[in-house]
Amino acid sequence: MQDANLRYPEIGISEVSLTFGGKIGYLDEQFCQVEDLQDEASPNFAEEVVTLFFKDSARLMSNIELALEKYPKDFNRWDAYMQQLKGSCSSIGASRMKCEFMSFRDYCGQGNVEGCMRSFQKVKREHTVLRQKLETYFQLLRQAGPAGAATRPVM
Amino acid sequence: MAVATETPFHVLAVDDSLPDRKLIERLLKTSSFQVTTVDSGSKALQFLGLHDEESPVSVHADQLDVAVNLIITDYCMPGMTGYDLLKKIKESSSLRDIPVVIMSSENIPSRINRCLEEGADEFFLKPVRLSDMSKLKPHILKSRCKEHYHQEQHQQIDSNSNESSNPTNNSSNSRKRKAADDEILPQTNRLRHS
Repeated sequence: MQDANLRYPEIGISEVSLTFGGKIGYLDEQFCQVEDLQDEASPNFAEEVVTLFFKDSARLMSNIELALEKYPKDFNRWDAYMQQLKGSCSSIGASRMKCEFMSFRDYCGQGNVEGCMRSFQKVKREHTVLRQKLETYFQLLRQAGPAGAATRPVM
Repeated sequence: MAVATETPFHVLAVDDSLPDRKLIERLLKTSSFQVTTVDSGSKALQFLGLHDEESPVSVHADQLDVAVNLIITDYCMPGMTGYDLLKKIKESSSLRDIPVVIMSSENIPSRINRCLEEGADEFFLKPVRLSDMSKLKPHILKSRCKEHYHQEQHQQIDSNSNESSNPTNNSSNSRKRKAADDEILPQTNRLRHS
């Protein structure tokens, strides 16, 4: 199966991160799976799912933000909330966000409040960047129209 | 051997996450299932004709507007978890034969085993893929064989002279669909005897 990062070179979704000792793109193969579910009957399926994801994840993140403030050192609760967000992220293939969850979990395990806070801020940043990139991506797809869609690599 | 076109099987999908619900619905529809989605275990039970506030009530076939052939549910949900839902379904005499599949984004062997021991037919690790959908139909067909077998047993006890391959629906356990069961039952009959 083609690497998601090769599929979207024009948007910079293929930009990689050298954190975690390896290369991780913004999106992984799961995003390709989501796109592949599109057809003539559901031509905007991927964009619809992504829109729902960002709506849902914004809500989950404000829950987490509240929990970090309202329930100090409640690592179990923090971890549980992050798990929900992580689940959503893996459904659309948000790989960089997913990686940061592992750091957060580690910090929870260590009882490291400062680490948790930093990690969560990173998640927020990744979330914002991903949203911008995907907005651009879908915009370009719309502008390209049917011709653009035809030249996109097909699995 | 060509199989007659069937009425699509109906799957009830339960997930509190909106994007995940949309995804599972699409995966199921792409795989030719009819789909109903709900966002909680209690809504699932309502749809199935059970009310979790009261003790489980035996459901007559008439109370189910549309028969459900399989239930696929997320594990982690607020309130009633997928595991709790599974238990309620298995405790119900009218629903226990409906195959249940659990989904989870966490790969926790003890969780998986617990679900399978409680009677879940399958466990999917999220994100669920199109290839996972092909695992669903065998569970549905297996349960229909079981149901048909139970119906036949019941019939044999009732009367000796019935030669029809389509037993009449006299069991409160039946989840018979309103249409097209005639096409299905002979097929499962064939599966059982082959």
